[in-house]
Amino acid sequence: MSSVTQIAPTPVAPAVTRPRSRKRLRKAGWNVLGLIVLAVMVFPVYWMVSTAFKPGHDILSYTPQWIPTHPVLSNFTDAIHQQFFWNAVKNSLIVTTVVVVLSLVLAFLAALALAKFSFYGRKPFIVVILGVQMVPLAALIIPLYILMSRVHQVDKLSGVIVMYLTFVLPFAVWTLRGFLLGVPKELEESAMVDGATRFGAFVRILLPLLGPGLVATSIFAFIQAWNEFIIAYVFLHTPEKQTLMVWLASFTTLRGTDWGPLMAGATLCSLPVIVFFVLVQRKIAFGLTAGAVKG
Amino acid sequence: MASVAESGVTPASRRRRFSRRRVGQAAAPYVLLTPAAAVIGLVLAYPLYLLVKMSFEKYGLFELIRHKGRWIGTANYASIFHDGEFWHVVLRTLVFTIVCVSLTMVLGTAIALLLLQVSRWVRIALTTGLVLVWAVPVIVAVNIWRWMVDYQFGVANWTLTKLHLGDFARHDWFANPWTGFGVFTLLIVWGAIPFVTITVYAGLAQVPHELLEAAAIDGARPWAIFREVTLPLLKPIFVILTSLSIIWDFQVFQQIWVMLDARPSSDYYTMAIYAFHQSFQISEYGLGAAIAVVMVLFMFMATLIYLRQMLRTGEVN
Repeated sequence: MSSVTQIAPTPVAPAVTRPRSRKRLRKAGWNVLGLIVLAVMVFPVYWMVSTAFKPGHDILSYTPQWIPTHPVLSNFTDAIHQQFFWNAVKNSLIVTTVVVVLSLVLAFLAALALAKFSFYGRKPFIVVILGVQMVPLAALIIPLYILMSRVHQVDKLSGVIVMYLTFVLPFAVWTLRGFLLGVPKELEESAMVDGATRFGAFVRILLPLLGPGLVATSIFAFIQAWNEFIIAYVFLHTPEKQTLMVWLASFTTLRGTDWGPLMAGATLCSLPVIVFFVLVQRKIAFGLTAGAVKG
Repeated sequence: MASVAESGVTPASRRRRFSRRRVGQAAAPYVLLTPAAAVIGLVLAYPLYLLVKMSFEKYGLFELIRHKGRWIGTANYASIFHDGEFWHVVLRTLVFTIVCVSLTMVLGTAIALLLLQVSRWVRIALTTGLVLVWAVPVIVAVNIWRWMVDYQFGVANWTLTKLHLGDFARHDWFANPWTGFGVFTLLIVWGAIPFVTITVYAGLAQVPHELLEAAAIDGARPWAIFREVTLPLLKPIFVILTSLSIIWDFQVFQQIWVMLDARPSSDYYTMAIYAFHQSFQISEYGLGAAIAVVMVLFMFMATLIYLRQMLRTGEVN
């Protein structure tokens, strides 16, 4: 894995014979633009976190306090002492974990079939996979509700998990299939020419190369399951059974415009996703640049 | 990781392995597909059938309790097609989708190209920032924007007033659906850019250097290189991203629903909200299903080209 360490930035127009200083100036210009874009994109997140640390009078001031000069934790304590917070944490963790694990396994198997075998019915299945991606979730809520109430899965985490799984699967299958196809056939073939079995080639060549793909897919499943709102909102009635996102949305209506605790709660709800992202960030970056075997 | 070569394979053993493999190969894909297909069939295909069936039925509270709808033919469709509001909702959803998708694609690609130009540390900072934004859950994002555009203490109103763009003190962005949808557009585009940028950037990294260099040596300008070399190579990625964005933006629901406290006025109805309102709020599940069917058809038409493109790519490999 460590053989590909760093891929140099791709210059679109390599310097032919341009003066060095002018080139450096241009680079500085691009850098400034890049930092402006960064500031604009990140500002809402910064605003959430900084509001979460501000005391009430700093929040409710007509002149915004750009930096929390007197940071407090009271908003966070308010948020976690809000009713049903810990129930919601538990429910979200259960749902997310189960969905990630199951979807990874199911999607990987299906992607393997689609990418590495040619078989009768492959094309229809691809059409189905692509087609169901287009089915709007909001549209399916109606028949799903009818169906789930018939099999007594309304207001149950298991019902929500199965639904999440289904909505994660098409994209997961498709992404993994893409990654599988991205692995050059020659690598696998050369392994097989060298005498490895298909399975051996798979374990030694394909699986390590698929690392970024598996990471990307699990990130996707994680985000989908953690962030999903509509299904949880419609299907989980009992407050004890709600997930964090439903908790956060109802927090809004319960406390009106109590922005401090709301932003603290929002920060806490995004924390697992952000931590997860930071942990795999290096791998994402690796996956993004290391995909460049093609060509 | 380990050594690739497996030595000491005689021709005979290799032949045996070959035939065994052939038998395994015939059944293997089906075995691999079964679990995923079962879940998708149960939770997507069957409800989809149910949706179409319900759209031809009278399905209210009574039918919900009885677990059985009453066949009424195309009455639901007739009713929505003769409803002026329905066409307003369709138009509104279409325009909103087009604006959001175009902005997302253009800005996302522009930032991806910018990533190629900046220094390494800026690239790392910007990528990290984008990943951070990507990681923000939608409901959280809605609450942040709701706070930023708050009519009283929101940072948006203060900044716009200070920039002398007008008096925005106590300006309620949602009083007027145009500015309200402007906020929703910003919210959605902001949230969608990271995915587009990071995917396009990954694609850009795969464009062979030699091609770009050759074009540059031939004297092509950067824009021409982008249009003639990069764009055609990245076309599959663009088609995929655009269609996914259409799919995601066309069914916009939660942003509007949560931002407006689960009580959006009819000026804010998109197709998803309209269908939801008809079924879960006034218990006309059949009508809601009919709207949802129209929604599915719209999205299917929009992505038909995409489907063809995808199949073509799928066939090549």
